[in-house]
Amino acid sequence: MKLAIASGKGGTGKSMVAANLAYTLAWTGQVTLVDCDVEEPNLHLFFPAPASTREVTVPVPVVDETTCRHCGKCGEFCQYGALTVLSKRILFFPELCHSCGGCMLVCPNNAIHEEPKRIGTLSVSAPQPGLKLISGTLDTGSPHAVPVIRAAKKLAAQDPVVILDTAPGTSCPVVEALDGCDACILVTESTPFGLHDLQLAVDVVSRLGIPAGIVINRSDGKDEETLRFCTDHDLEVMMTLPFSREIAAIQSRGDLLCQVRPEWQKDFCSLFFKCRALAGVDE
Amino acid sequence: MSKNKGAIMKICFTAKGTTLDSQTEERFGRAPYFILIESENGSFEAIQNPFADGGGGVGPKAAQVLIANNVKALVSGQVGGNAREVLAAAGITMYICRAGGSVRDAFDQFTKKTLEQSA
Repeated sequence: MKLAIASGKGGTGKSMVAANLAYTLAWTGQVTLVDCDVEEPNLHLFFPAPASTREVTVPVPVVDETTCRHCGKCGEFCQYGALTVLSKRILFFPELCHSCGGCMLVCPNNAIHEEPKRIGTLSVSAPQPGLKLISGTLDTGSPHAVPVIRAAKKLAAQDPVVILDTAPGTSCPVVEALDGCDACILVTESTPFGLHDLQLAVDVVSRLGIPAGIVINRSDGKDEETLRFCTDHDLEVMMTLPFSREIAAIQSRGDLLCQVRPEWQKDFCSLFFKCRALAGVDE
Repeated sequence: MSKNKGAIMKICFTAKGTTLDSQTEERFGRAPYFILIESENGSFEAIQNPFADGGGGVGPKAAQVLIANNVKALVSGQVGGNAREVLAAAGITMYICRAGGSVRDAFDQFTKKTLEQSA
């Protein structure tokens, strides 16, 4: 089962939910936790452990200037402005290239081949028995997060239980992380911002056809507006975490709630079973 | 960089509209229109920028429009790094003109050589 944790709004507690869920489940089975927030991965902070690292590359075109006749076909084809053909020169802007390979296909002189260009890294570690952590990290200055997320997910493709912590927002990196997931936990907080961005996130998961349930974090104990929204949209509130100084302190030390306060493990177990039900996975 | 020598030369002004009375536009790649003026006789044509609402990489694409139209100089407010590289490689001289005035005013300043050339 592939379970995504998303939110819309940043800072609602996605990583906290993902980390505690993975920590709890790893006691009873094999879990893979994938940090898909590749522009700011943070799950490794909860699970310090030696990691093996590999590079993520994307193919980019290299033009052989001796074979190129500057016909301009590649430049016309490129929708991203990555290639500009002048009468005697060709200019390539790697940060605009989306690695589609089209320029290579349309070149009538076979003057273009592809070479790998590094855009980020993947780190894999085993911080506790039963738990595998995969973190994608986008290199500073590299604009394309999606290929790094795709590579991170590919490493977990065969694993039985995968928990994917997504980036905040509802843009391409989030959609890429959600793609192919069986269920999604949307973490929100009962503030106007939390609700506004939850609505956007609900829209995205429903368009992707992924069943979703809600976790309310930093609850004020009432959550009227959020609960009304969930009722109206037939969304189950699967778990509520209180607005608590103690939880905040545990979290900000880089500790895990379920380790410091093991009584929370049963809540996270119950959350997982609700997610399985959402996804239609039976015992 | 080649100096404006007064020979026949096509100059591009980024503009919000299609006439010489249109306001100049400060952005290059996302300018709605390019107004091309012949320096010798002042005749002009307006081209709609097909990349004004493009998703990304509009700078180099817009620069290609100028190259295809045999433009020798560009008068605009702000030219991004990628577009600048293309324009420089194509030998198109760039001049800075802040928004506020009409294309006619900017052309006037260009002919009087009071516009600052952008590196």
